[in-house]
Order: sequence, then structure tokens, then C-alpha cells
Amino acid sequence: MNNMIDSLRLLRRRLALVETRDRATRGTAGSVPVGHGAIDHALGGGLMRGRLHELLAPADDAGAASGFAAVLARLIGGDIMWVVDEALWRREGRLHPAGLAAIGLDPARLIIVLLPDVSAVLRAAVDGLRCSTLGSVVIALPGDPRALDLTASRRLALAAEAGGVTALMLRLGGKPLPSAAQSRWQVASAPSLPLAGASPGHPAWTLELLRQRGRPDGGRWCVEWDSEQARLHDRDRAAATIADGAALPRTVVSLSPGRSAARAGASRRIA
Amino acid sequence: MIEKRRGAMRLAACDAAARERGLSPGMTLADARARVPDVVAVQADVAADRVWLDAIADACDRFTPLVMVEPPDGLVLDMTGCLHRYDDEPALLVEVDAAMRRWASVARAAMAATPEGARALARFQMLPAPDEASALRRLPVAALELDSENHAGLRRAGFRTLCDLADRPMAPLAARFGGDLVDRLRRILGEGDSRLVPRRMPPALAVERRFAEPIATAEAALGVIGDLAAEVQAMLETRGRGGRRFVARLYRSDGHVTTLAIDSSRPLRDAQGIARLFVERVGSLNDPLDPGFGYDMIRLAVPRDEPLAVAQLALEGGATGKGADGEDIAALVDRLSTRVGARRVRRFVPRDSHLPEQTALALPAIEAPAPAPWPAPEPGEPPLRPLHMFDPPQPVEVIAAVPDGPPQRFRWRRTLHEVVYAEGPERIAAEWWRRAPGDHGLTRDYYRVEDGRGRRFWLFRHGLYGSERTDPRWYVHGLFA
Repeated sequence: MNNMIDSLRLLRRRLALVETRDRATRGTAGSVPVGHGAIDHALGGGLMRGRLHELLAPADDAGAASGFAAVLARLIGGDIMWVVDEALWRREGRLHPAGLAAIGLDPARLIIVLLPDVSAVLRAAVDGLRCSTLGSVVIALPGDPRALDLTASRRLALAAEAGGVTALMLRLGGKPLPSAAQSRWQVASAPSLPLAGASPGHPAWTLELLRQRGRPDGGRWCVEWDSEQARLHDRDRAAATIADGAALPRTVVSLSPGRSAARAGASRRIA
Repeated sequence: MIEKRRGAMRLAACDAAARERGLSPGMTLADARARVPDVVAVQADVAADRVWLDAIADACDRFTPLVMVEPPDGLVLDMTGCLHRYDDEPALLVEVDAAMRRWASVARAAMAATPEGARALARFQMLPAPDEASALRRLPVAALELDSENHAGLRRAGFRTLCDLADRPMAPLAARFGGDLVDRLRRILGEGDSRLVPRRMPPALAVERRFAEPIATAEAALGVIGDLAAEVQAMLETRGRGGRRFVARLYRSDGHVTTLAIDSSRPLRDAQGIARLFVERVGSLNDPLDPGFGYDMIRLAVPRDEPLAVAQLALEGGATGKGADGEDIAALVDRLSTRVGARRVRRFVPRDSHLPEQTALALPAIEAPAPAPWPAPEPGEPPLRPLHMFDPPQPVEVIAAVPDGPPQRFRWRRTLHEVVYAEGPERIAAEWWRRAPGDHGLTRDYYRVEDGRGRRFWLFRHGLYGSERTDPRWYVHGLFA
């Protein structure tokens, strides 16, 4: 009897050891703050590294979807592998490096992999995710491909965890399906804040956090990308400040980055 | 075998049985039918013969790396420095003969100091001779392979063998039968200078392994490639070089040769890495490796190599350090390129052009040069270039207030988009300096527009209204984030 209790205790201790070791290897991933207070709060500090994140977008909104994926890849940093289904590449246009550079992503850090079918895309993505020197892998897929089942997404999630590389799976015209993703987002382009002369402004999106693992989901934000400071801010708040500024009868002082905040404040007080 | 020559169906080749019954190449088919009523005639296929000859030439790679094809039916093998494997020259000839028989060909093989000599001996030798020189001198004048007129002339002048010609002064012969005869004679006798043009350049480095018993499984063959890779690694290390391209050739005992090639984006020397790429390559084959009766020889060659410094071992553990942080990514690029094809794995390289679609090239990552800096975006500006670009641009129907003004609404992919904000035009001229004189091409006026749902597009009008076109067309060239 005593012997049995002893062996049970030994077993428990061993199990505990295995568990802590497991947690230690997994817990190193960390997370990337996106710069938007409410979103970071909802995500518990930011987007988790080394996990699979799903981005769903309307089929006719390829620009917004790729833009948001590129922005997340820029925030995560490191080299990026962009795996695309060839038919999608042909239909929605190829990535244009000057456009990537314009939102702050260095095109030299990008490896494009064009593949003829979805299963090849998923296989290459798993290879990429295991390569721990990469920062992120963007997987662009059309809609709800049959090859993408729960097993496939679990394989991606495991590979992402093993390599510590973040997987961003982009599905144009896709519906939410059961998957092993850490978070799932619905992305759509939002009207931008127009610049002088009614010209289109900075990239803006409507984001909806459809679900996330281990945390309460839900939340809808309208965000704008600031490529200089490399962060997302709230588009509506920015709009409100602009509207305020327009309502007050005062001289407009342009806030160049070089000018100190104190001086800007002073000018407002004088006005 | 028949073919159409000079307006008549003639025999191109015939087998031993036909020869016995009096047929010979060059005879018309009607004559042949008259002599042998039940002759079986098959249309000659020159292209298939050439393919077959190339296949045999591939298989002959096992004897020497320098193989030259002499169409329509000859192969020249330069055995210089390759004889150490055989006891003597006759032993090699016996082996060549046996191999040819195995590969279902009939061949006549001969050796001589010059390629022309060997060719003449293989084709025209009738009687055995004590040594090479006398064998060559005993050859009939037909061995010179002159045109029929000169040949008949030689026969009429009483020359029967090369010996008769070789002892005469050359100048009168050249005057009578042309300089060609003298050239050929001197080359056959080994007095003239002769050149070989091999089918393949010999690689910088090659290692091979022969098996007494052919190996019959693909796994074992890959294992051998791994062993060979280890040998190559040692050799490359002593030379301080790394391979950019590796070619494995698997020689099947029935003469079939399978060639597997891998490329790498950086000089590679690591045997495990090479072996892994070959495994990927075999995995990506459309039809799996078929060992058939087994491989009796495997050769691993490095046709392309580049300098690669010797890596220093880390003090602790003895393993090499991870090195530059790109190293692992390069391995990933190599692996993917081997599996899915080099043109599917790409990197962007900037290009100096003001036409938006030509500002970047997407080159295969395996060949792309070192990353170059990209022009930085203007601070404070929204993106001025789209994220997705259509190639070619897609035509759209546009309604604009004035013909040279910004668009107000447009229809693209059967959806009507109301333009809410627009900026432009950004005018980009065609590259008139690359065009034919007088043809200046059409100017494009680009607009950044946003529709009611917040989608941002890059549209352009092709041709200036009035001066270049009366009815300019519109295209959508890209999508913004």
C-alpha cells in the first residue's frame, strides 16, 4: 500500500515537471501590442506571437484584407513569408512592393511563395512556420477551401507554436469555420478621414473580433493606421478631434512631428 | 527502314537478315520489293533515332565524362585518364560491347589515338591488325568518307587503302582531290590537330559509386547520395568552396539514366542539407523514382561552385554557430524552391523605372541579388501606391463630370462604385524614348479614389483627352489598403 502511494506521488511529481517544462517552452511567445488601447486590452496585451490568427474579409475587399495582414506583419517584425494561392494572386492582383513600403513594410524582408492549390499553400505554410528565424507567415486563401479543415488548421497552429512564428491566415470571402486559431477577425475597409482637398486619407478598417481562445470575445472598432509611429489608432476619436478643431474659431496650427506638445498646447490656449 | 530521298522511297537502313539477301541502304524500295517480295518496310524516324542516341550517350557517361555525339549514329568517348578502372583497352572494349548489348543496341567499338581514327576503325575495319598504326593504314579509302565523285576518282587512280595515300606527297593529292582529303587523312593517322566538343562541360567536382550488385530501392539510392554528399563536403571543404548546383545521376543497369538537380540560394557544403534537398526533389517528382532492375552506378556532380569560407566551430558543443540570421531562411528558400520549383518562390527587387508596374521585379528567391534598399515613403502622406496591382490593368466604365476631370462613379466587376473622395491626376507619361520615333504612347492620368464603403482604388485614364484621344479609356490598376 505504502509502496503504491509512493509511486503515485512520484508519478504526480513527474507529471508536474513535464507540465512546467511544456509551459516554459510555450510561454516564451509573448504578444505584440497594436497600439490601440481598447484592442490591446481585449487581446490581453496584444496579438499573441507564435499562434494562428484568422482574418476574414469580404470577397471584394482584397486591398483591405492584405493591408491589415501587412500591418500586423509589420508590427510583429522580422522576415515575412507570404504564401498565396496562384488563382487568387491572378484575380486580386499581385502584391505591389511600393504599396507595401508605403505602409511601412520593407519589401526586402518579404518572400513570396505562389502555389497552384490550397493544399500546397498549407504545406508550404507549415514549413515556413517551423523556420524560427521568420517573423510571420501570411497565408492568403480564397474563401472556404475544402482542404482547410480542423486538422489542417491545427497543424498550422502547432507549427506556429513550435517555431514561435505568427501565422496570419487571410480568407477572402470566407465564413467562420471551426478552427484552431487563437483569434478570428472580420476585416473590412472603412471610410478614411479625408485629407485636404477631399482626397482619400490613411488606411482605415472596421475590425471585429469574432472570437479568441481563452478570453472573452466580441468588440468592434474602427481603426486607422499610422505608419510613422507604427500603430493603429481609433479612427472615430481622430475624427472627433478634427471635428472639434473645425468647430472652434481659431487659427489652425499644423502639428508637425518636430514641434513640441507644449507649444501646440500654448497656441490652443491663446486662441 | 525506309525514307524518302531524291524523290523515291529508298532504304535508309536494313538489318543483318536483309543484308544477307542482297539488300543494302540506298536501294529504292521498289528494287528491294522485287528482290525480296516479303520485305517489311518501316518509315524511318530521324527524331526518334536522335533521342535514342542521346539516351545512349547519357548512359555512356558512366565510362567517361567526355561524350560527344556524332549524328546520326556515332558516339565518341574520350577515355583519356579514365582507363585505370579497366585492366587494359581490350577489356574496356569488351565492357562497352557488353553494355551496348544489354541496352538493346548493336554497336561497333574501336579505340584509337584520335577521334577520327577511332571512328574510321569502328566503321571500316575489316581485318585484325597487330597494332593501331598498321590497322589504320590498312583501312580502305572509303574510310575517308569523301563524296562519291572523289571517292570514285581515288579508286580509279588505283588507291585502295590509306597506306597507298599516306606514302605519296600530299601536295599533288590536294591539288587533285581537294584539301579536304589531306586534312581527313592526316587526322585519321594522328598527324593533324583534332578537337572534341563534349555534350556536357565536365563539372568542377564529381564523385561516384559503382555497385557490383545493382541497388533496387529508391531509399537505398538516396542513402548513397547522402554518402556521396559527405564525400563532396570533404572535398569542397579542402578547396574552400561551396556548391550552388548539385546534380545526381542515377545509372540504371538497363541503360536508363535519371538526372536529379538541385539549386541552392547560397554556396552549400553541408552534407545533410544536400541530402535533405535531394529527398525533397525526389518527393516532388511527378512519377516516382523507378529503380527497375536496379542502379549500378550513382554519380554526384557539382557543376557550379562558389567560394565559401571554412566555418569555424563554436567553442562549446563543437557545432557551428547559427551564424548570420538569414541562414535559416536561406535553407527554407532552398527547400521550398526544390519542392515547388524556383519560379514559385520569389523576392522583390527594385528596378529604376517610373512606370508603376515596372518599379519592381519578382525574381526567383534562389537567384535574387542581395536585398537593396527601397525608396522610403513620404512622411505624413497616405500611401500613394496601391498594395495590390493588376497586371494587366482591368478596364472599367467611368462617368466623369468633365472628360479630363476626376471620375464620379465607375463600374468594375459588375458593381457600381460611387466616388466619395478623389485625388489626382498624377500624370505618368509613356516611355517614349523606348518607342519607335513618332509614336509617343499614351499618357496615363492616375487618380486615387475612395468609394462609399471605404474601398480605395487606383484608376487611370489612358490618353490625354483632346490631344491624344477623343475617347480615352479607363482602367483600374490597383487596390489600396
